[in-house]
Amino acid sequence: MTRTIRIECLRYHPETDAEPRLQAYEVPFTDDMSVLQGLQYIKDHLDGSLTFRWSCRMAICGSCGQMVNGVPRLGCETFLREFWPGTVRVEPLEHFPIVRDLAIDQSDFLAKLESVKPYLVQKAPPAGENTNLQAPEEMQAYYRYSKCINYLLCYAACPQYGLNPAFTGPAALTLLHRYNADSRDAGRAQRMPVVNQEDGVWGCTLVGYCSEVCPKDVDPARAVNQNKVNSTLDYFKHFLFPRAKEKS
Amino acid sequence: MKRSNKPIFWALFGAGGMLSALVGPMLIFITGLAVPLGWLDRETMRYERVLAFAQSGAGKLAIVAVISLFLFHGCHRMYHCLHDFGIHVGRGLKAAFHGFAAAGTVAAIVLVLAV
Ligand code: FES
Repeated sequence: MTRTIRIECLRYHPETDAEPRLQAYEVPFTDDMSVLQGLQYIKDHLDGSLTFRWSCRMAICGSCGQMVNGVPRLGCETFLREFWPGTVRVEPLEHFPIVRDLAIDQSDFLAKLESVKPYLVQKAPPAGENTNLQAPEEMQAYYRYSKCINYLLCYAACPQYGLNPAFTGPAALTLLHRYNADSRDAGRAQRMPVVNQEDGVWGCTLVGYCSEVCPKDVDPARAVNQNKVNSTLDYFKHFLFPRAKEKS
Repeated sequence: MKRSNKPIFWALFGAGGMLSALVGPMLIFITGLAVPLGWLDRETMRYERVLAFAQSGAGKLAIVAVISLFLFHGCHRMYHCLHDFGIHVGRGLKAAFHGFAAAGTVAAIVLVLAV
């Protein structure tokens, strides 16, 4: 059955518009249509100038994060039927500058991601071996956090990032933890300064909304707060043995 | 990258949170309700017993820990709540909050040593 729903999109073209505005479209939809498909319908049939990001359409690429009726969600995983007969309001992810319409500028996050060295800093394998083996329990220590694929919904959810954009933020800190918690990694000492600074884990006040909106159940709030413990231990270790070489 | 000094306050805040969650409600219930209202034997908090408690080493430690850590926990929480509400208090008020808790701690130590 085809019904019609009203989709309001935030429109903003920074070079020509003085400020963002909402534009409404009447979109025919079926029960199996996502918000993303609604936007695609608008682009194909009603207004080719509407700009938004997408790729996989199946919640794995991380491109289609948007504010849907004020909540950070994935457009491809959210169904229009949920909102009918009401309206759907689609806006770009909060706390990020707008490139155009629903597309945000991710540069700030990408710089932070780079700063946490989100890759294995290879530990020397045990003598006589040429590889680092890992037991299933050792993998469990980080597996959950490795599922983060940078949707950035957590940054849109984080009030602290909204108040202070210098805060390293949930996803970057979670990925930092993902590598620190990996038994094959030797990069901890290089990453701890990011954790320890005021804008590292200490920018978090454990609101927890990041974990609520995460579509992959990564639980960034947990990763960040485990690192408050790590940072505290590191602090007192440094305090007691200021000259000790930081080991990984 | 500058190391934050938050770990000190966070450790006090965390210890206070743990302690207040574990013993806070029961302390309030026993000392504030159950004994005064006679639900528990009034003898439980007879002056001599409480005095003996405050004069023992473990008792002194317990009293100081409860007062000091609760204070640090509460002050830290209030300080962060202000920030969350969009009231960005500067270093001065931060020092005032933690200073208040520190003063409370010193007072508790001095008074407990005096009994
Ligand atoms: S389009 Fe790939 S996650 Fe939604």
